[in-house]
Amino acid sequence: MYNFNYKKPSSISEAKSIFSSCDDASYIAGGMTLIPTLKQRLAMPSDLIDLSSISELKSIKVEEECITVGAMCSHKQISESDKIRTALPALSNLASMIGDPQVRNRGTIGGSVANSDPSADYPAALLSLNAKIYTSERTIDVEDFFIGLFETALNEGEIVTKISFPICEKASYKKFPNPASGYAVVGAFLSMKNDIIRVAITGAGPKVFRIKQMEEKLSKSFSTDSIKDIVVSHDDLNSDLHASSEYRSHLINVMVNRAVLELT
Amino acid sequence: MGKFGMGQPIRRVEDERFLKGFGEYTDDIKLSDQTYLVVHRSPYAHAKIKSIDLSYAKETDGVLGVFVNKDLEEEGFLCIPHDVVPNGIDGNEVMVPKRPILAQDKVRYVGEPIAIIVAKTLNIARDASELIEVDFEELTPFPNMNTEISSNSEPIFKEIKNNELVHWSMGNKDETDKIFSKARKIISINLINNRIAPTALEPRAVISEYDDLNDSYTLRTGSQGSHKLREWITGKNGKKAADIKPDKLRVICPDVGGGFGMKNFLFNETLLTLFASKAIGKPVKWKADRTESFLNDTHGRDQINFAELALSEDGKFEALRVSSKGNVGAYVSQFGAMIPTMAGCGMLCGCYKIKSAYVDVKVIITNTTPLDAYRGAGRPESAYIIERLVDKAADELKIDRAEIRKLNFIEPEEFPFETALGMKYDSGEYKKILSLATKRANWNTFAERRVESEKRGMLRGIGMSYYIEACGGGPTEFKTIAIKIDGSVIISSGSQNNGQGHETAFAQIAADTLGIEMDKIEVIMGDTEKIEAGIGTGGSRALAAGGSATLSTCQKLINKGKSVAATLLQSSEDKIIFENGFYKIMDTGSTVSLLDVAKATYDKKTFSEDIEEGLETSSEQVMNAQTFPNGCHICEIEIDPETGVISFINYIIEDDIGRILNPLMLEGQILGGAGQGIGQALYEEAIYDNNGQLVNGSFMDYIMPRADNLPSFNFNYTEVSSPSNKLGVKGAGEAGTIGATPAVANAVINALNSINAKPIDMPMTPIKIWKSIKEARKS
Repeated sequence: MYNFNYKKPSSISEAKSIFSSCDDASYIAGGMTLIPTLKQRLAMPSDLIDLSSISELKSIKVEEECITVGAMCSHKQISESDKIRTALPALSNLASMIGDPQVRNRGTIGGSVANSDPSADYPAALLSLNAKIYTSERTIDVEDFFIGLFETALNEGEIVTKISFPICEKASYKKFPNPASGYAVVGAFLSMKNDIIRVAITGAGPKVFRIKQMEEKLSKSFSTDSIKDIVVSHDDLNSDLHASSEYRSHLINVMVNRAVLELT
Repeated sequence: MGKFGMGQPIRRVEDERFLKGFGEYTDDIKLSDQTYLVVHRSPYAHAKIKSIDLSYAKETDGVLGVFVNKDLEEEGFLCIPHDVVPNGIDGNEVMVPKRPILAQDKVRYVGEPIAIIVAKTLNIARDASELIEVDFEELTPFPNMNTEISSNSEPIFKEIKNNELVHWSMGNKDETDKIFSKARKIISINLINNRIAPTALEPRAVISEYDDLNDSYTLRTGSQGSHKLREWITGKNGKKAADIKPDKLRVICPDVGGGFGMKNFLFNETLLTLFASKAIGKPVKWKADRTESFLNDTHGRDQINFAELALSEDGKFEALRVSSKGNVGAYVSQFGAMIPTMAGCGMLCGCYKIKSAYVDVKVIITNTTPLDAYRGAGRPESAYIIERLVDKAADELKIDRAEIRKLNFIEPEEFPFETALGMKYDSGEYKKILSLATKRANWNTFAERRVESEKRGMLRGIGMSYYIEACGGGPTEFKTIAIKIDGSVIISSGSQNNGQGHETAFAQIAADTLGIEMDKIEVIMGDTEKIEAGIGTGGSRALAAGGSATLSTCQKLINKGKSVAATLLQSSEDKIIFENGFYKIMDTGSTVSLLDVAKATYDKKTFSEDIEEGLETSSEQVMNAQTFPNGCHICEIEIDPETGVISFINYIIEDDIGRILNPLMLEGQILGGAGQGIGQALYEEAIYDNNGQLVNGSFMDYIMPRADNLPSFNFNYTEVSSPSNKLGVKGAGEAGTIGATPAVANAVINALNSINAKPIDMPMTPIKIWKSIKEARKS
């Protein structure tokens, strides 16, 4: 790693003021993406601002209509929270499939969402559940949040503080993991609320996306049969060592089908 | 049988410190005043070096020295020598190009060391490395063995035409060709043996120190034999790396976290730290990060094979013909040219009676990391060829795959048996062991289980391999045993533990033979100053060679003690026997313990100078013959055609590993080996792109099998004693790897065959499987 200064604020306002006073600071949440980047000398922040002492970022709140999860909640916390397992088990199930136990101890939902890795799992949950992202400045609808490859609507210095998920009737997350890294090659998050189905796919494209055609068919008839002829064109899908874009296109159908079967 | 006897499942003594984090690996060692070395490496696979600007690096605060190859050669650090290279078909010796320690004029693989920086801290050295400017002229790279070399491309070495180091052969070409020309049936197959990165848990590290008073060096590094390493550095068979006399180089091997063949070899960084320690006048440490490990540890395997079997219509094998290309990488590592040729090709006939065989191999130089021995070192490649070929023959002739093997096996009464490729197998009960395996695997009722899988929309496959391997050979191994005055026993061993459990194995043999508790016995290894000589670990030889040497030395020690016992018991030597740790007068029953006898030798008033203190005894065990472990792996899998993902249903291993010293450790070696074999079959491959860049040099993309990627193993063994050594043991270190790869591959091919899907190459990943199934379903 290159040298950096380390700061540990105890409030959002303190964090923001430190950020604006530094040359080129980075916030650090769980560090599961940032630390490997620093070790490989691919980034050179002047300062690291550790958000882990800001207690208001770690709470989980369940209300009648929605669940609000603090940005600094770890994947382990989310996967083991009784509140979430009761109100939104697909989310805790998703969290339990991220990385491995060591990564889940440290990695956070806020960090993952702010990073917008095309292979991360949470973006599929946020998009399918129509989540709202709360930051130190404003509230952002999920449809406006994920812009592109590792790109979000966040401004310089803006901190994700919490994420709220409307409670739905049923939801399921099915993931085909990269055999080396465990990241999503294709992850399908399907949610159902008031006969409205939302299907969000991560891993397959440069950012998370919905398949509106599948949503329409499933709303009319919730079965794998009704979507069997829908193919997501592989033209704009990712291709790498482990999976071609054709394979990903095929896996989208497989994973959505498995989610449908789980909820039938 | 005593509690430490052959067959006792003694828990490993070294595990306590390894599992609790108290192992001392090279990087754990901090010498006072130690400095840090970083290597500046090539980003290109093939390029000329036009100039190097070291000035900014040299000016950096805290940098103690920056060096290039010229500086090394001026100080007598000359090159990295090769060891064994086979002669060509024409009988001529091969011209092996020089391998400089730092790149000279040209770089030939991504990661090749170009310059070194030594600094007070690792970070300063890394910062300075980024300030080195190298001006390159890129050349067309040759990253794989099939690249055409056009007349205007520069070859990797001017003196090596077509990048072909040597064209070697073995066997009887004329007789083999004759049999093929008359054969009723010929089965042929094209195979790829995929390139593997060794991925030891502990990356390589070295610390060197120079003593200017004595003009001598101390080198600490994890290896598979300190003496072997010293020999390559100071001089062997007229080749050496540096102008250092052997008695001026002490080599110490601390704990090693996995060797797998790779840690045998002499790497650039070892010599670079030696040079730097004298140039700087302080201890110098280098350690690899994981990326450097992927790029610079010697890789394994990487062959392309075309194999043919000539047989009768009823399935009797008559002749075998194999033509291969083996990759040696950009430079010839110590055994790199031997692995695809002499090291394993002799085993191509497997366990079968084949009248005639011929193999030819072209060893190719490529712009990739040098390759060398990797668990099995040539024998897995041969087993893969013959076992895939036999399966294909069975399928085409519509003979059961177990039956065709039994039809062609060498029978027990036919041993010793010399194969068509000159190997002299000493013992074996192949039919019996294969039958045990098929019974345990419910081989004969597989068809019913397949029907059941197909009802659920799944494919099912079962595959077997019957492997044999040659290991545990010579030339010799050394042991010294002494009993200290406090009654503890020290075994100085020339073998080197990399995690196999030698400390336990040798102590167990000594405890059983000497009749002394194991916790009183210590095995020391790895220090050339404390241990006179050693051949080291590799080729699954430690138990056969090192264990036999331990047994011989113990017996010699006991004999030595008889004269002292006779004096103490006031009897004559011929009336004394040794039993369970005691010398006993047969008539009277009077005894004296071995430990008391040893203690007495320290009393120089009573005992003459002729008896060594502590009964210290050394012996050198000559190994005249290899051992031939063999066995049957049967793997049953299910494939989800929607994704191509494989699930293991059953995995049976029935082995003949000779007499078994410690069944716990045996199982560990076999299953660990099988894990690596399965890794090659299904998951692992070091992939280079057309520019010679290693595209998956990290665990994000190199598929390392984890526990949940492997089956639960059902492992059993039959003891067929080896006549080649006193213990009757056969080597177990590599057997699992050799048997597993073809068994798993054959299971996948069997599943694909059930829907007439085309066969695929290793690693048999989900996407490859899915594509093959998709194509089959279209047509």
